[in-house]
Amino acid sequence: MSCERMESRILAYMDGRLKDSERAEAEKHFAACAVCRVRVNEFRSVSDLLGELPMVEPTPAFDVRVRARVAAEPVKQSWWAWMRPSPRIAFAASMLLLAMLWVRYDAHPPTLPISPEEADASMMQDISVMEDHDTLANFEPLKELPPPVEATADSADDNDQQM
Amino acid sequence: MLDVKGGDEQSFELLLQRYRTPLVNFLFRMVKSREQAEDLAQEVFIRVYRAREEYVPTAKFTTWLFRIATNLALNSLRDHRHQKLEMSIDAPLTADSDEGDERPFEVADKHPTIEQELVENERKKMIRRAIEKLPEKQRAAVLLHKYQELDYAEIAKILRCSESALKSLLFRAYEVLRVELAPLVARHGAKE
Repeated sequence: MSCERMESRILAYMDGRLKDSERAEAEKHFAACAVCRVRVNEFRSVSDLLGELPMVEPTPAFDVRVRARVAAEPVKQSWWAWMRPSPRIAFAASMLLLAMLWVRYDAHPPTLPISPEEADASMMQDISVMEDHDTLANFEPLKELPPPVEATADSADDNDQQM
Repeated sequence: MLDVKGGDEQSFELLLQRYRTPLVNFLFRMVKSREQAEDLAQEVFIRVYRAREEYVPTAKFTTWLFRIATNLALNSLRDHRHQKLEMSIDAPLTADSDEGDERPFEVADKHPTIEQELVENERKKMIRRAIEKLPEKQRAAVLLHKYQELDYAEIAKILRCSESALKSLLFRAYEVLRVELAPLVARHGAKE
């Protein structure tokens, strides 16, 4: 193994994270290479020195501040949260639905299918209206028709002369 | 985290208790100020809380948590770098204002003499400064590797790099530390 290749393995060697075969290979290299042997020993010393630094404990105020900030966080509600079971919303929604159905029924009452006999009977009830002369005379569409041609006496004479 | 996602507030409290110290320590070593580290750690927890409903367990929770923390720390360092550039370079620095941050938490268990205590403090200061001198990404890699004991794959995900790039990053960082801490390393080596 080269010194360059050792660079990427030296810390894993120190941490005991190399496979058995890799560790054996590294140890073989250390036995032959004084530079890497010194390096690994000094890296171990560095690691021990780093371990001498004491841990710091957060101040008691730290926990208090974190809890206060968490408590002050707004409650997050997703867009469908309003649909979650709520007696008030359910009652209001059903009342609205009932009101809509009632309004619709009142404006357009349902028409039932009628039989031909019933249709004839209904038409016969309107016969008196249809035979009423005044009603027909005032029937707007009939007024637009050209007046009927009347057979007068003059026109009969004209016909005789031509003959 | 999945319990937190399900709306269990007590699980969030458990997360807070479990990760508050590692997070504050990581951020303290990253940004060098304890007050700022606590502010950033708060922000991490709030972001975790806000994102709880969208959380998908594709990666380990620690990976996700430290990824948020690392991003916040790097952003904060970048912002403060800009602020520092705006400050006058002639402004007198308060002597080691950040050095005393750790003192209240150190436990004097062996009743050392004043001289021993001074030597010990100087030694810790040297180690701390060596870490601080590392470039930000190398520092994050060392902290996650040494103090959080995360594996290479996790650290690589947090720092958004390949595992081989991470190994190279860690190697370079340890080389810098070896030089910076040479006097202590020599003494440490002589002891063994």
